[in-house]
Amino acid sequence: MTTEIVIFAVLFLLVSGLGFVAARWRRPGDLASLHEWGLGGRSFGSWVTWFLIGGDLYTAYTFVAVPALVFGAGATGFFAVPYTVIVYPMVMLVLIRLWSVSHVHGLVTPADFVRARFGSSTLALLVAITGIVATMPYIALQLVGIEAVLKTMGVTGDLPLIIAFAILAAYTYQSGLRAPALIAFVKDSLIYLVILVAIIYIPVKLGGWGSVFDAAKAKFDATPAPGDGILLNSSNQLQYVTLALGSALALFLYPHSVTGVLASRDRNVIKRNMSALPAYSLLLGLIALLGYMAIAAGITPIGKDTNTLIPKLFDAVFPDWFTGVAFAAIGIGALVPAAIMSIAAANLFTRNIYREYFKRDATDAQEARVSKIASLVVKVGAVLFILLIDPQFSIDLQLIGGVIILQTLPSVGLGLFTRWFHRAGLIAGWIAGMGTGLVLLYNIANPANNHAHFGSSAFPLKQLGLDTKITIYAGFLALIVNLVVAVLATLVARAMKAADGPDATQPDDYHADQGDPRVHDLEVASST
Amino acid sequence: MTTPRTDRSDRSPWNWLLLLPIAIPLLTPLYNADEPRLFGIPLFYWLQLAFIILGVATTTLVYRLTRRAR
Repeated sequence: MTTEIVIFAVLFLLVSGLGFVAARWRRPGDLASLHEWGLGGRSFGSWVTWFLIGGDLYTAYTFVAVPALVFGAGATGFFAVPYTVIVYPMVMLVLIRLWSVSHVHGLVTPADFVRARFGSSTLALLVAITGIVATMPYIALQLVGIEAVLKTMGVTGDLPLIIAFAILAAYTYQSGLRAPALIAFVKDSLIYLVILVAIIYIPVKLGGWGSVFDAAKAKFDATPAPGDGILLNSSNQLQYVTLALGSALALFLYPHSVTGVLASRDRNVIKRNMSALPAYSLLLGLIALLGYMAIAAGITPIGKDTNTLIPKLFDAVFPDWFTGVAFAAIGIGALVPAAIMSIAAANLFTRNIYREYFKRDATDAQEARVSKIASLVVKVGAVLFILLIDPQFSIDLQLIGGVIILQTLPSVGLGLFTRWFHRAGLIAGWIAGMGTGLVLLYNIANPANNHAHFGSSAFPLKQLGLDTKITIYAGFLALIVNLVVAVLATLVARAMKAADGPDATQPDDYHADQGDPRVHDLEVASST
Repeated sequence: MTTPRTDRSDRSPWNWLLLLPIAIPLLTPLYNADEPRLFGIPLFYWLQLAFIILGVATTTLVYRLTRRAR
């Protein structure tokens, strides 16, 4: 145990030091603007972007929760793989348009884009609030990742968690996006190392892959639950597909994903990363299989906290020093996304609430200062969330987060391609989609963990009066309602000749690249 | 989609290739089976992991074929 804790602590502190040094990395003349503090100077090349977005999307929580899901339910937990395969071909052509228009107009957040495109501060505010609300529980969940590791090492009490987050808050405040970008190098190298060792070493110890899967099959066959098993069944296939598709549609609507994309240097960096980021999907797929290895190795979680499963598996099979490295990988893995998410949430607050409603003529330096303080507030909020409220509440909220962020798809995603929607139509669609999503989630019970509401994201179609056992991803249904209402309300608004907002963007803006005279990325965004 | 004529630079017939790695991983009947196993891993798992290669190959191909002359 002591060896584990020492190695964990040393690596953790080393990385924290890096976070502070990051302010001097690529020496910016002046960190006092959101383009520098919040987007790292918008200058990251292919490698940095790969580590940054990879470290941002594949979080510590993902790495503990996905195998826990596979451990508990089997095949349905593997949706993370098709989800992270289809997302890149899906968003490739979308993200380059977002990059271009954001650089021409100096946009920092997805809500900035909506503001410029649809000329509606109300719609932009809705998108910003959706983003903040969806991101907050996600940050809190990163703490759950650290907590699971600490718990397995036998470290109890809230203090270590508070210290870890205080360090994180301090260097994010000082270095902005450069800190997680630099730390991501260390984090991901460690994670790749640990997982490669794990997927070779552990199955050999357990008698080969065949016996790992056979053990898992035996376990699921013995349980009375109908939904589990190492294959899908007739009632959960639609859920599997719609969850993968819905999650893929939602992924790059999250403000922290957009932050990573906008920080890249040019369009080719983004395109190349669409081919390189799936390396993380492979990693995630292999990590998911750790859930089965835990079954075969007879691992049981601490209490009812299935998030401790993977740390316990590592603890059981690895020598002490390597367990320490593995734990550090998870702990540091929590810091990168938590930093980027808090920066993204802070940018949303600064650009779309503070600047829009409180200080229209805010200077770059004022924006950066507000964002830095907001990032602190966000992190304190996340810590309080975890310490004062049942962590299960964060997990529920994160489930809701995926469903609600999807409701910004018509404004942000489709908005990049078409200006056909009326701003009133999009607002109506957002309200309808949010309402539907929340009602559906509220009505999903999960007997497995004694939840009467918000039990999972799999909505039984039976509740709509259909005679079937089939379930579907609640966010997907909500998105369909959202789109239908947005189309109808747009037609009504057009028929009534309701005033629409002006579009500040030109068709050409969506193709501009680095070197284009219109791309002056450090200019103050006066056009929005 | 109402795209004016200037909106041409990202357009390419090659982009349609991107539909393949989006559609195929969503067809559960393709892979929802135990046999044949590969190194003891059921089809469900190894084939879905193999789709990652399909995704990488397609995005790489489309990137190369549509790269703008600088």
